[in-house]
Amino acid sequence: MSDDFPEQKFGIEAKSSEVSDGGHIPSKTEEQVESEIPEQDLYHPKSFITKWIFCQDAKVIGIQYSITAISIGLLALVLSWLMRLQLGFPEVFSFLGPAGYYQFVTMHGMIMVVYLLTALFLGGFGNFLIPLMVGSRDMVFPYLNMLSFWMYFIAVVVLVASFFVPGGPTGAGWTLYPPQAITSGTPGSESGIVLMLLSLSLFVIGFTMGGLNYIITILQARTRGMTLMRMPLTIWGIFTATILAMLAFPALIVSCIMMTLDSLLGTSFFMPAMVQMGEHLKYGGGSPILFQHLFWFFGHPEVYIVALPAFGIVSDLISIHARKNIFGYRMMVWAIVIIGALSFFVWAHHMYVSGMNPWFGFFFATTTLIIAVPTAIKVYNWILTLWRGNIRLNLPMLFSLAFILTFVNGGITGLFLGNVIVDVPLSDTYFVVAHFHMVMGIAPVLVIFGAIYHWYPLVTGRFLNEAMGKFHFWVTFLGSYAIYFPMHYLGFIGVPRRYYEMYNSPYIPTSAEGLNQFITIAALVVGFAQLIFLYNIISSIRLGKVAGRNPWQACSLEWQTEHVPPQHGNFGKDLPVVYRWAYDYSVPGAKEDYIPQNVPPSEVLGAKVEKT
Amino acid sequence: MIKKEKNLFDLLSEKPWDLEQSNQDNLHSGKTINLTKAHLGLKGIMTVSIIFFSLFIVTYADRMLLHDWEKMPEPKLLWFNTFVLFLSSVLFHLAKNKSDILDFKKVKFLLLIIAFLAVVFIIGQVIAWRQLIAQGYFFNSNIANSYFYLFTTLHVLHLVGGLFFLKKATQKVYNENIRAPSIQSSVKLCGIYWHFLFLVWVVLFGLMINS
Repeated sequence: MSDDFPEQKFGIEAKSSEVSDGGHIPSKTEEQVESEIPEQDLYHPKSFITKWIFCQDAKVIGIQYSITAISIGLLALVLSWLMRLQLGFPEVFSFLGPAGYYQFVTMHGMIMVVYLLTALFLGGFGNFLIPLMVGSRDMVFPYLNMLSFWMYFIAVVVLVASFFVPGGPTGAGWTLYPPQAITSGTPGSESGIVLMLLSLSLFVIGFTMGGLNYIITILQARTRGMTLMRMPLTIWGIFTATILAMLAFPALIVSCIMMTLDSLLGTSFFMPAMVQMGEHLKYGGGSPILFQHLFWFFGHPEVYIVALPAFGIVSDLISIHARKNIFGYRMMVWAIVIIGALSFFVWAHHMYVSGMNPWFGFFFATTTLIIAVPTAIKVYNWILTLWRGNIRLNLPMLFSLAFILTFVNGGITGLFLGNVIVDVPLSDTYFVVAHFHMVMGIAPVLVIFGAIYHWYPLVTGRFLNEAMGKFHFWVTFLGSYAIYFPMHYLGFIGVPRRYYEMYNSPYIPTSAEGLNQFITIAALVVGFAQLIFLYNIISSIRLGKVAGRNPWQACSLEWQTEHVPPQHGNFGKDLPVVYRWAYDYSVPGAKEDYIPQNVPPSEVLGAKVEKT
Repeated sequence: MIKKEKNLFDLLSEKPWDLEQSNQDNLHSGKTINLTKAHLGLKGIMTVSIIFFSLFIVTYADRMLLHDWEKMPEPKLLWFNTFVLFLSSVLFHLAKNKSDILDFKKVKFLLLIIAFLAVVFIIGQVIAWRQLIAQGYFFNSNIANSYFYLFTTLHVLHLVGGLFFLKKATQKVYNENIRAPSIQSSVKLCGIYWHFLFLVWVVLFGLMINS
């Protein structure tokens, strides 16, 4: 892509590009090609538009992704308020009808999972951090990277547009199961669902462009000395999650294409023969279960697409703010890779009640429980990293600790639900809602907050306000427990999810009503606390305490740039050279309690190498 | 074949904190796989695309078993189209060989023929659709038809995407200022994609005539 813009060269070159790792003979043609084409030929922005709008700098693209994702996430937050108002105080708000309720549920789920979490972790953090952390000037295909963001942006616009078409957005639930998603009677079954499918397809296309960039940048464009096993775990998490996404998103786009055809052209890929209001519909023979398999073949890896970057980021936050090397680095990498691989073999645990062969369910229950092993290893390693660490209880650390707690909580309820026999009675109750909100809602969001508090000084050169941050943390942390703990109980007593209103159901005790009101109030409070966070982000750009260079005394490369915030091209004249892993904290014998990755051994003579 | 410096298992069992490993690592160039970024990008696209088509084929296999499946006839024209695609793949192989020995005159000629054949293929596919529609095999009259139109459309879309890169490669050959290795790389990668398009078509077409 770089040859599209024969601009002046960057004026500086990476130190060297030949592969000098012993033991292999470089193949001729490829190597020659690589040395003929300049390593990184960055496009230099000349105007406001190329600098901030159609920008090819991964850092700006990362910020664009983050702002778009957070904005659409706010919409999803408001939708969750509306849902909670209906559930807590039914028949009080006349503007909330059943159709609207289902539309809010659907859009809340889809936005949060795909357009907020995936886009923020991979598009936002991925773009901003990958080139900086691996010591590269930019992504390998900057132009494609820019297209990726704009594709995402259009996807978001199409999604929002579905609120304004006749019939409104789809109300089929975020899983969009056919036949109901495109059958009249479901809100938005005419145009809302089509826009949703179109938006998802655009998202997948845009993401594939970005994903190629992330993977190839991490594999090929690292700086000298940065082996794969010296990369920060953040990069490992993003890397593995991107590979998962590249393998899983095709399933989503395939099901989107086929359902769009079912809806618009009257094919019967997924649509069975149906009678509606005494009339035979034009469909016949399709298999709705097929859609469920396709959807969850995407849907389950999607959970780990969100979780793995969170695992990676939280590992770095814990290590940095506990001033200790990460416990069991290799084990952490292996766990990330194993979780990623296993995530493709568990999808049908979302379909236990769809009517499957018992052996099929047995297989998927087993694989699901096996995933708990590498996951538990990660949790132990985080705790062992904290053990006797010099813990600094600042905001990133607080959020990381809250993450561990929340993740364990959500993970354990996952063990319940992973067993077929326990899942069947709990299926479609609020227990499931509580489980997945804990494990893939609150837990990753806590990591996002921690990461924003951690990297904000790198993006803007200033700290976020600590007092506002503490308030934000405690309200969010305690508040989300106030929301989701009672939901487990609601699930146990059998309150079904997805119901607009329970009316006078005799089997539901009146205590459920009170709990629902409590949850709603907690949700409103937690939501408002996020406004303070937003205010903090905006006001700290100008008013925040100046952070200076490497304020957290971190080892990884993104903090070792010449300028803070890093400028176009990231590093100064020469790319940094890496001499160690990213976790040399509190090394015995060293003068300071951290040795950045680009400090050569000759400068820290006293430092002892830890033998493990 | 991707040439790795080490296999995945060796890579993942390195001990980055180990002194010996550390001295070795300091010399590492930062590249994992011995391919250009464009080549890797192409491989990435092809991988995603293979998964994309494989998933369609899985649904095809599943949907086929249901009772309402009615096999549709394949127009003879499709065999001609297959041959056109095969021919363009062969020509691309030739073009790659010519560009390797720096015979760019022949390369220019071959690339133009390939572009022409691609257009012939697309027109051929459209005519095949029209024949089928004339015989009453509409998109939604049976699921087998739906798959036929869907597969051919998706394949043509992939071809159109390929044409975009073929155009770029052709422009490179005609541009005097671009050096030989860059042209060779473009021709080679485009050629790989053309072989890929042919293989995808053979799989899809084989699937449809056998079911």
